[in-house]
Amino acid sequence: MSNVLIFVEHAEAAPKKASLAAISFGQQAAAHSGGKLHLLVVGPGAAAAAEKVKGFGAETIHLVDEPAFVSYSTEAMTAAAVAAAKACGATIIGAASSSTSKDFLPRVAARLDAAMASDVLAVVSATTFKRPMWAGNVIATVELTTPVKVCTVRSTEFGPPVAAGTAALSTLKVGLDPQSFKAKFVALKALKSERPELTSAARVVTGGRGVKGPEGFKLIEELADALKAAVGASRAACDAGWVPNDLQVGQTGKIIAPDLYIGAGISGAIQHLAGMKGSKVIVAINKDPEAPIFQVADYGLVADLFKAVPELIAALKKG
Amino acid sequence: MKFLVTVKSVEDPEMKVKIKPDGSGIDTAQVKYVINPFDEIAVEEALRLRDASSGEVVIATIGRKDAQQQIRTALAMGADRAIHVISEEPADPTVVSLALAKIIGTEKPDVVLMGKQAIDDDQGQTGAMLAERLGWGQASFASKEVSLESDEEKAKKPGIKIAGNRAEVIREVDGGIETISVALPAVITTDLRLNTPRYASLPGIMKAKKKEVKELKLAELVTSTTPRVKLLKLEAPTQRKAGIKVADVPALDDKLKHEAKVI
Repeated sequence: MSNVLIFVEHAEAAPKKASLAAISFGQQAAAHSGGKLHLLVVGPGAAAAAEKVKGFGAETIHLVDEPAFVSYSTEAMTAAAVAAAKACGATIIGAASSSTSKDFLPRVAARLDAAMASDVLAVVSATTFKRPMWAGNVIATVELTTPVKVCTVRSTEFGPPVAAGTAALSTLKVGLDPQSFKAKFVALKALKSERPELTSAARVVTGGRGVKGPEGFKLIEELADALKAAVGASRAACDAGWVPNDLQVGQTGKIIAPDLYIGAGISGAIQHLAGMKGSKVIVAINKDPEAPIFQVADYGLVADLFKAVPELIAALKKG
Repeated sequence: MKFLVTVKSVEDPEMKVKIKPDGSGIDTAQVKYVINPFDEIAVEEALRLRDASSGEVVIATIGRKDAQQQIRTALAMGADRAIHVISEEPADPTVVSLALAKIIGTEKPDVVLMGKQAIDDDQGQTGAMLAERLGWGQASFASKEVSLESDEEKAKKPGIKIAGNRAEVIREVDGGIETISVALPAVITTDLRLNTPRYASLPGIMKAKKKEVKELKLAELVTSTTPRVKLLKLEAPTQRKAGIKVADVPALDDKLKHEAKVI
């Protein structure tokens, strides 16, 4: 059997949008391998989230809801994914690229002697995938030569999954004792925001070094609010501590592909461009006409952002 | 306490890589190599942890013979000695993690520090694969809550807190900052905002010349050096074309509303 197992992340009883893209990857991989699609959903709220991914043609949704899964644990997730893969005879195991999957999936790969491809952009065959290297400046076609293959999936490259037959639900018993874990959860400081989530927002406004400080960033936030957009930042702005690290857009931060991206005071370093050049419409506001971001911008405005952004906010409010 | 830090020699990220016309690899002529930036952060953190208590920082590199330059740089930063596993061909995360597990079996470090990913293949798998092969706990994406411009960073304080036989690590995760406590020995992978690495000083460079670099061959450590991830072809991504420059905000507003129709 060449079945495909996709790990689905969820929040507030709903699957994450990135995980829906991973299911879409799973549908493609299963079509190539001739196997069945299986899904894995874990933790509190798994059953409710599973209801929302039932209609995508998976054979079975494996549910794990045990005390060991209340907060994230690398060791617990590794055990659950390995148990699910064995239960369904999966030869391809995948998940959306996230801080969770990047943490535990390589461990799953090592335990199953599997080769792994990170940030898969496209499925070529059941063994061959396209993925970025050198900050997205190179697209590699790679073949995973081991019997079991593991992939993380760049969600911006896969659309929503196709509606198909209804999956059966099955509870998977992993039976772990959290006391035995080598790493223990201490605390999570969640960064709550009323704004849309950066990686799935339809519109994103980002600020960079040109914003000059946390005060200037308020202007970026105001523009984002006028557009109902998410806020992002360049590495320079995050390193300086003006905004939380979590907002960094780029090769090593979040990869985004919104319908509208507006970058203000961002020069456009290669690493930043790697994170946003998949956006549908790119707008750049920068006072330096030579800024590299203008080379990828659909609309460039050479202007001082401290003048242009308030004007743009006013224009938007006027409708 | 003994720290083992991995250092990968990679193409300078500030340079644009060129793909060979046949797509078989990248053009290495005139390429400048540097320590993988994430590994440089791992070296810095290990030095701070060692200097805050005592112990030894051992560098482990798997790479070309001429990667010795990057090893010397890590030694010049202050690491004590190095192990260089020579492999002229690129190795994949499976092979590297198997070879490192072998070295660690002999070296028996308390903490393995490594970059969360290398900026050449961008796989980001080796740390977790290594922890699994060793049966150790892991803490990935180590960071700190304060910024790189904080007084704490200027005082060169380590972000990772080691107490007794455990390490407390602040991790950058989607949607927040997580703290975990991991039993030692453990593998810790470093994210961008853990620290700002030091430059090698001139006395450091002089001292580094005399430090021990033990050379091994990859085939001595693993039964198969063949990558499990086979590179079939490299190609350039589709390039985005530059659009137009607009004169002012009203023109931009008009284009977004009536041409792009995104607002």
